Amino acid sequence: MSAVDKALDKAQDNAQDTKAAVASAVPEGRRRRRPMPGSLLVGGLIVSLVFGMALLSFVWTPHDPTLVDASVRLQKPSPEYWFGTDKFGRDVFSQILMGSRTTLFVGFVAVGVAALIGVPLGIVAGMAPHWFGELLMRGNDLVLAFPALLLTIMFSAVYGAGTLVAMIAIGIASIPHFARLIRGGTLQVMKTEYVLAARAAGRGPFSIALRHVLPNVSSLVIVQASVGFAIAVLAEAALSFLGFGTPPPTPSWGRMLQESQEMLSIAPRLAVFPGVAIAVVVLGFNLLGDGLRDRFDPKLEDRR
Amino acid sequence: MAEQPTSATLAPEPRTGPVDAISVRDVTRDYRRPRTSLRRPSPPVHALRGVSFDIPQGQRFGIVGESGCGKSTLLRILAGLDRPTSGSVAIDGRDITGLPERQLKFVRERLQLVFQDPMSALDPRMRVGDIVAEPLVAQGHPNRTERVAELLEAVGLGADAAQRYPHQFSGGQRQRISIARALAPRPKIIVADEPVSALDVSVRAQVLNLIADLVDELSLTLVFVSHDLSVVRHVCDRVAVMHDGQIVETGPTEQVYEEPRHPYTRRLIAAVPTLGKALSGVSAADLNREYRP
Repeated sequence: MSAVDKALDKAQDNAQDTKAAVASAVPEGRRRRRPMPGSLLVGGLIVSLVFGMALLSFVWTPHDPTLVDASVRLQKPSPEYWFGTDKFGRDVFSQILMGSRTTLFVGFVAVGVAALIGVPLGIVAGMAPHWFGELLMRGNDLVLAFPALLLTIMFSAVYGAGTLVAMIAIGIASIPHFARLIRGGTLQVMKTEYVLAARAAGRGPFSIALRHVLPNVSSLVIVQASVGFAIAVLAEAALSFLGFGTPPPTPSWGRMLQESQEMLSIAPRLAVFPGVAIAVVVLGFNLLGDGLRDRFDPKLEDRR
Repeated sequence: MAEQPTSATLAPEPRTGPVDAISVRDVTRDYRRPRTSLRRPSPPVHALRGVSFDIPQGQRFGIVGESGCGKSTLLRILAGLDRPTSGSVAIDGRDITGLPERQLKFVRERLQLVFQDPMSALDPRMRVGDIVAEPLVAQGHPNRTERVAELLEAVGLGADAAQRYPHQFSGGQRQRISIARALAPRPKIIVADEPVSALDVSVRAQVLNLIADLVDELSLTLVFVSHDLSVVRHVCDRVAVMHDGQIVETGPTEQVYEEPRHPYTRRLIAAVPTLGKALSGVSAADLNREYRP
């Protein structure tokens, strides 16, 4: 012990000479930040707007979004009814606000299911022996080849139509996207010398997965979550439109679209508001995903 | 040089007396290439073909050879991170070939690695303190914080470096961090894979001297791999020249350098750039003409 320490001391003295030279090379403070990509900014704004809407709907909506009032059917937009009313006299703006909750809820559960299963699956497939990883990925391809909406409709047929069933089905259909991406990232991390060093230090595969692989693929997870969110929102809208999603009276943008269908020639605005809302949210999450990818992509690290 | 113990099971504890730190016997390693024909599998790549050598305790052993000659494969096998196709490797007299990971604990404690690429060798998401402490955590050492500070001082970085991330350091500094991590569990053998090849010439000498000093002070066994004979000459007592998966020449560094016996070694020495050669206009084509395998 003491011999080693003495030796370290001596080596330290020798190192002192070079220390001054080395110190001057230390960059001051943190690495300078790259400018924020425009897509990240716009996407972030849209996404925060939707979150704001959803939060707002808990404390305030201009009218009760489920209140049916035949006396105010099909009103045009006015200071009283900002987006007008639908064929039952319900306030469209209030429904849009409430619908954002459903949309976000769907996104979170679907992405949560997909990430919670897909990420560990991808890491296992990336760290396991090659043949086993390939086997997992071929199974993955099978799920990937199955149309997501068809899977969801099957789930609805078996377990009954409902928001939760739809969300879980969408989540399951999104697992392969996560697994495939994370496997690629894991394979890359496993090739690095710091993983070799960790193995040489005596780290087991579980520690390596948790301490090295997961932190280094986390940016991939965030990007995929953002894109997956957009897919889930779109899928929920489609399912609600088809009647397999959120059952009435809970407001949902997809069902609003479907209900507006028969009024299309009289009041096309009824289709415009939920349609635009869906399009903007999907765009927002996609932009956010793109922006985050640009931000995290190590290949772009030194471009500027 | 000591006789090889015939089996690890006969010598579970390292023997007292002059047991070689590392001994390698007829190690081969084949890699399978992806199939390109439906009718027959691709021929395997022989990365190593019958490599044997012994490194006594405390020796600084150099391995030189051009890139792709199997140096890195050999190192991984030495460190128990890869398995030879045939042959055996013994660390401190204990055979490690074919042992499962949980029986390689003594290798993890006694042998540590320093890698070539200072970018890839440190996890970008970990603080330097955690990187250096990793072997200590993995092997359950106490008093980690003190030890990390002591190590960072020893390699010429301030203790405040522990709180920072690898990207905040230069290539030479990162290599110092790698060295600190390698020394953390108080190993007896350091295996360095081209530790200065990725560094600027100006920093190279500093890092080389640091390695040489630490190896001296802590009386470690050093295995130093490089494609650059002049670097190996600077650090090592003995050198093995590798070519195409085989060791073509071994001997004391000065002897190999002054009187190379194998034509490949001669070519390698001729390839070391010197001012004289650069001025007289020797080209790469001239060097190739001297020796063809």
